[in-house]
Amino acid sequence: MFGWTGKILRVNLTTGAISKENADPTMLAEFIGARGLATRLFCNEVDANVDAFSPDNKLIFSPGPFTGTFAPSGGRYHVVTKSPLTGGLAGANSGGSFGPELKYAGYDALIVEGKAERPVYLWIKDDVVEIRDASALWGKWVPETTELVRKATDEEAKVACIGPAGENRVLIAAIMNEMSRAAGRGGVGAVMGSKNLKAVAVVGSKPIKVADPKGFEAAVIKGRELLKAHPVGGAGLKAYGTDVLVNILNETGALPTRNFQDGFFPTANKVGGESLAAEILTRAKGCFSCYISCGRATKVSSGKFKGEGEGPEYEAAWSMGPDCGIDNLQAIAKTNYLCNELGIDSISMGATVACAMDLFQAGYLTSKDTGGMDLSFGNADTLVELTRMTGLREGLGDQLALGSYRFAELYGHPEFSMTVKKQEIPAYDPRGVQGIGLQYATCNRGGCHVKGYTIAVEVLGNGAKLDPRTTKDKPYWVKLFQDLTAAIDASGGCIFGTFGMGGDEYAAMISTLTGVTYTTEDYLRAGERIWNLERQFNLRAGLTKADDALPVRLTTQPIRTGPAKGELSHVPEMLPEYYALRGWDAEGRPTPERLTQLHLV
Amino acid sequence: MSRVLMIHPDKCTGCHNCSLACGFAHEGQFRPTATRIHVYTWDQEGFSVPLMCQQCDDASCANVCPTNALHRVKGQALVEYDRTKCIGCRMCVIACPFGSAAYDALTESILKCDTCAGDPACVRACPTAAIEFVDDSVATRGRKKAFATKLKAVFEEG
Repeated sequence: MFGWTGKILRVNLTTGAISKENADPTMLAEFIGARGLATRLFCNEVDANVDAFSPDNKLIFSPGPFTGTFAPSGGRYHVVTKSPLTGGLAGANSGGSFGPELKYAGYDALIVEGKAERPVYLWIKDDVVEIRDASALWGKWVPETTELVRKATDEEAKVACIGPAGENRVLIAAIMNEMSRAAGRGGVGAVMGSKNLKAVAVVGSKPIKVADPKGFEAAVIKGRELLKAHPVGGAGLKAYGTDVLVNILNETGALPTRNFQDGFFPTANKVGGESLAAEILTRAKGCFSCYISCGRATKVSSGKFKGEGEGPEYEAAWSMGPDCGIDNLQAIAKTNYLCNELGIDSISMGATVACAMDLFQAGYLTSKDTGGMDLSFGNADTLVELTRMTGLREGLGDQLALGSYRFAELYGHPEFSMTVKKQEIPAYDPRGVQGIGLQYATCNRGGCHVKGYTIAVEVLGNGAKLDPRTTKDKPYWVKLFQDLTAAIDASGGCIFGTFGMGGDEYAAMISTLTGVTYTTEDYLRAGERIWNLERQFNLRAGLTKADDALPVRLTTQPIRTGPAKGELSHVPEMLPEYYALRGWDAEGRPTPERLTQLHLV
Repeated sequence: MSRVLMIHPDKCTGCHNCSLACGFAHEGQFRPTATRIHVYTWDQEGFSVPLMCQQCDDASCANVCPTNALHRVKGQALVEYDRTKCIGCRMCVIACPFGSAAYDALTESILKCDTCAGDPACVRACPTAAIEFVDDSVATRGRKKAFATKLKAVFEEG
């Protein structure tokens, strides 16, 4: 096989059984890999009504065809499981080197099922796979876990693991690889913890073959040139990281501030990418096969926020910064390091603290509830401490570990939670940028920007420049971006590759690599197929049209200050057009005709 | 005068495009153990260094090679490998102080940088110019100048 390895590794932690299976070539061609393949396998094997922490839930790691090759910024793997946070399908992907290593070991997917009696880790060296005791690793933070696993296996091993947050079933826990890269969203780390699986370590030495080496190389070189020539993909992201967006969104009036009370933060520049580069940046980093280098190696050298590691990304800098009314970059960096070290989704963590601060300001959460802690907006020390307490489930952290929706519900006011499907929405105010609100509302994994990043056309002018304030044509763009992103995710690509490359380039690379011919239309169709498969799972799991909605604050309380003052989100007006474009009925259910067209019947 | 591969670790992002290009240039596929260049990364500190054969003037690998399979090409910076003369004794692997000669069991041969016949794939693939293929006489010119610039700034301030 070309591009794919054709093999799937299955590990049952209850029985200890380890087996290898051939992947179905038709399934590979239709669902590509990573997000697509893992979702297809998961939906075939797992009942949508399974409890996320039941041994019957499965956890699938899957690299894509690009992963391990030099397709530009194409080294990612995807994790698919049922989310304990949203109750729907969780799909989180990560860069670094873990995905390529799993591929070099010979696998298109690793299916973990059951639950180990005691803490264990997996050690995969090509064909040799062992379930090993991890009792001594339990409780360890991510960097130490990574080092200890390498010491016990191979110093070059690539390690994906959970920290205390995953062990403690924190509903916003992440899976971390190479210490600082995260499969962050949906609580995938908590599912790993529920299986008593502390880590997966891999070393691989097998080749990934290419169907048309000359054609693939030419397609890759073209992709690189397009990236290099692009102002965002070629220069902006390397110079300032994703955090460059702080000032851009603030100037648009869509930088959510103090738990979405507002859309403008006067001191935003203090936490933006330009300040980050001037104050704490050590160097730009790139994931495996990356041509963009948006990663930030950073260091806070002294003081109470001392630390080093990666980040913050824009969404973390926002959730821990303006969303909490905080403009202290060192405190944000420290919180981000803690999220990496404890294994927590940095978007949901900051946004959950922001929600708690909002409840505190409103008087629904009092000093009595917080053990005397001051949760006023702007309190940087509180942010850092609550993050640590959440990972370890200490004090108030035990409740914050449930994410903002369940936390706010405990205090009688779930409307204070800025979530869709109980997952925290990110750093673009949907009152100031209309299309991204529709993406938040309809995303299969709950509140998420990256699976349909209309910011590219609504704010950044990538390929097209739309008015962020209007709803016109936005359902079309949301669907297009969702389908294209699903296909790129399934290929193992990074979504930032679209700052330069488009559907034509991706289709050319995947075709020459795998030997299966995809037109641009075929490629988008594969993405649409994946999107509908995810949707069907969520509907079977009990989610409905009512879950395709933003928090009521965003459709009823206008932005108070800044360039988007007075704006509201108009998601309910866009939803019918979106459903119609998707070929879904008025209740948001895929019609039999569309499912037949997509080969999903 | 010859050209040498010059590494700038300060520019390296740890992306492995060099090692991917190296393996692909030699085999037309992606096999991690087929690469002649290796990137070492310290995850927590975010530091990466690419390493490959330095084509030493007094090359231990060539000195120790009993069959002259590894030998210097006269008048050039390249230490060349002749697969037909190699007996697979791995003495070069032991002798190289940089670990830049490796034995590959799959192809039963020694893997070391051959500078891709004068057009190194790693250099073309590097997105940040952390590896350059330059004349040995000017290889360090940039660094000297950068350091001299610092001195200039210091004296100007004084």
